[in-house]
Amino acid sequence: MHDMAVEARAVEARAVTKIFGSDDSAEVTALDDVTVSIRENEFFTLLGPSGCGKTTLLRLIAGFDHPTRGEIRLHGEDISHLPPYQRRVNTVFQSYALFPHMTVAENIAFGPEMLGQPRAEVARTVDEMLGLVRMEEFSARRPEQISGGQQQRVALARALAAHPRVLLLDEPLSALDLKLRKEMQIELKRLQHETGITFVFVTHDQEEALTMSDRIAVMNAGRILQIGAPREIYDHPAERFVANFIGESNLLRGELGVVTSATGTVTLSSGVTLSASVPDGAVRAGAGRTSGQTSGQTSSQTLVNVAIRPEHVQLAASPDAGTLSGRVENVVYFGTDTLYHLRLVTGEPFTVRMQNTRDGSPDARIGDTVGVSIRAGVAQVLQD
Amino acid sequence: MSGWRNRGQPFSSRRIPGFAGIALATFALLYAPIAILVIYSFNAGLSIAIWEGFSLKWYVQAWNNEAVQEATLRSLGVASVAATVATLAATMAALATTRTRPFRGMTAIYTLINQPLMVPEIVTAVALLIFFAIIKVATGYTGIVYLVAAHTAFCIPFAYLPIRARLESMDLSLERAAADLYATPWMTFRRVTLPLLWPGIMAGFMLAFVISLDDVVITEFVKSAGQETLPTYMLGQIRRVMTPEVNAISTALLLAGVVFVTLFFALSRKR
Ligand SMILES: Nc1ncnc2c1ncn2[C@@H]1O[C@H](COP(=O)(O)OP(=O)(O)O)[C@@H](O)[C@H]1O
Ligand SMILES: [Mg+2]
Repeated sequence: MHDMAVEARAVEARAVTKIFGSDDSAEVTALDDVTVSIRENEFFTLLGPSGCGKTTLLRLIAGFDHPTRGEIRLHGEDISHLPPYQRRVNTVFQSYALFPHMTVAENIAFGPEMLGQPRAEVARTVDEMLGLVRMEEFSARRPEQISGGQQQRVALARALAAHPRVLLLDEPLSALDLKLRKEMQIELKRLQHETGITFVFVTHDQEEALTMSDRIAVMNAGRILQIGAPREIYDHPAERFVANFIGESNLLRGELGVVTSATGTVTLSSGVTLSASVPDGAVRAGAGRTSGQTSGQTSSQTLVNVAIRPEHVQLAASPDAGTLSGRVENVVYFGTDTLYHLRLVTGEPFTVRMQNTRDGSPDARIGDTVGVSIRAGVAQVLQD
Repeated sequence: MSGWRNRGQPFSSRRIPGFAGIALATFALLYAPIAILVIYSFNAGLSIAIWEGFSLKWYVQAWNNEAVQEATLRSLGVASVAATVATLAATMAALATTRTRPFRGMTAIYTLINQPLMVPEIVTAVALLIFFAIIKVATGYTGIVYLVAAHTAFCIPFAYLPIRARLESMDLSLERAAADLYATPWMTFRRVTLPLLWPGIMAGFMLAFVISLDDVVITEFVKSAGQETLPTYMLGQIRRVMTPEVNAISTALLLAGVVFVTLFFALSRKR
C-alpha cells in the first residue's frame, strides 16, 4: 500500500458506474463500481468478452460520455466533467475514424493545429509522426487510397501527433488479418516503448493481452475481476471466469483444508489431497477466516473450485503413479504438443497438455488408463 | 397467389404478370408528350401540332421577347434567394434534429418542417393568399418579398431531406475524433461536419432551386400584378394563342431542370 501512493498514476477510475437507458426503457449497467488505477508509462490492457464494458470505460476516459456515478482522474485531477477537447488524452478508434476529406498529412496535422501550434512546428510534428509509423511516402494520399493496415498506422500517428499523456486504443487490431496483426502488435509495443506514453489498450483477445501488456485488467459483465501482470493472471487466476477466459483450465471441486498464508490443502472428491495457492478473497468468501487467524487453521469444511492448467501437469509413468487417474477419451495432436482429454474416476473431465518429443511415440492412447502427476503449487483455489 | 413468391428466392418484380407492360406504358405516357413538345419547339410553322420543317426561330423569338426576359430573370431571382434561404434554414434544422440529444417535441418539429410535402399545394396557396392579403392591406407593401417568402417556405423540406440524409449517414466517430484531437464544437463543425455535409447542402440547394423555378400554383395565388414568373407567364400565354414559342421556353426550362436534378443526384451520391 505504501509504495503504491508514491507511484505516479496516469489514469484512475474511482467507483465508476455507468448506466445506459433512462427510467422508462430497460436499463443497462455497462460499468458496475469499477475502480482501477493505471500507472504512468505502462501498457495497460482491458481484457474481456464482447459487451463487458471495455469501450464504455475507454469512452468515459476520453470524455465522449460521462459516468453515472464515480469519477475519472487524469494525473490526479478529476476530469469527469471535462469535454473531450479539454483532456490530454487521445484515442485510436476501432474504425480508425480518419477524416475522409483530408490527406494522410492533414489528418496527422489536425491535432497539433487545434492545439494552436505554429505552422512550422506542425509540419515538423507531421514529418516526425510519418517517420514513426513509416508512412512518409503516403502523406499526400487520402484514407480511401491506402490499405487497412496503413490506415491503422495513420490513426496511430494522428493520435500521437497531439502528444497525449495517455493514449487510448479500442481494439485497434481487430480489423486486421492475422499476419498484419502480429506485425502491429510488435509495432505498438515499440511505439509505446519509444514514446513512453501510457497506453490503455482494449482487446477481447487473451493472447494479444498476454503478449503485449505490462498489466491486464480482466473484465466481465461491467466489473473488473482481477488486475495484474500477465504472468500473475495466468498462473494465479482469482476467479473461475478468469481461469477459463485466459488460457484453458481444469476445474475440480474440493474441500479446503488447512490454509497458511497463501497456500492451503484441498481434498478433492476422489479423496486425494493437494497443496494449492489460495488468493486472499477465497478464504474470506469461504468460512470467513483469514490466513493470519488462530494458528492459520480452518475448522469447518469449505467447498471450493480448484483450477489446474493442462500444461502444468504431466501424464505419470504408470497408471498408479501420480495424484489423479483417469481414462483417455480423446487425443488431439497440435504439432508442438498433444492434448489428452481424460475422464477421471470421479467422472470429472480433465485435460493434460504434453510437449511432443522428437521420437514421437504418443504417451497414451484412447481407452488407456493413465495417472496424472501434479507438482506442488500448480493448483489454484478460485474465489467463487 | 404463390406464383410470384417462391420460397428461397428473393422477390422479383418480373414475376408480377403484366408488370413490364404497365412499366412500358407509364414510360411512354411520361416521355412521349415531352418528346413531342421538344420536337415542335423546332417547328418552322405557327402550329404546335402540324410539322412544317426545322427552325430555331421560336427560340430566337422567345429570347428577344421582353416579357419572357423579364419573367425569366424574376424566376431566377426568386429561385436563387428562396433556395439559398431555404437551404440555410434546412441545414440548421437538419443539424438540430440529428446532432442534438433527442428533445421533447422533436418529432413535432420534424413534421412541421415537412408540412409543405403533406398539405395540398392549393390549400397552402389559398392560405398564403389570404394571409398576405391581410398584410398587404395593413402595410400597403406589394413587392416581390411575398413571393420569395412563399417560395422559401415550400422549398425548405426539399432542401432538408438530402441534408438530413447525409447527416444521418455520416460516421459520428469522425466528429468524436475531432473533439478528441482538441477541436472545439465550432472547429469540429467547420473542419469536419461542414466539409463532409457540403455535397448534401449543395444537393439540397439544387433541388430547392428547381422546385422554386417550377412552381405555378402557389406563385399564381401569391404574386401581385406584374410579377409573372416564367411558369405563370407560360400559363397566361396558353390561355390566349399557343405558338411553338411556349414549346421553346418549356424545352429550355426542361434542360435547366435536367441539369439541376442531375447535379442533385451526382452530389447526393458523392461519398
Ligand atoms: N450508448 C449505449 N446505449 C445503451 N447501451 C449501451 C450503450 N453503449 C454500450 N451499451 C451497452 O453497454 C454494455 C457494454 O458495452 P461496451 O462497453 O461497448 O462493451 P465492449 O466494448 O466490452 O464490447 C453492452 O451491454 C452494451 O450493449
Ligand atoms: Mg468495444
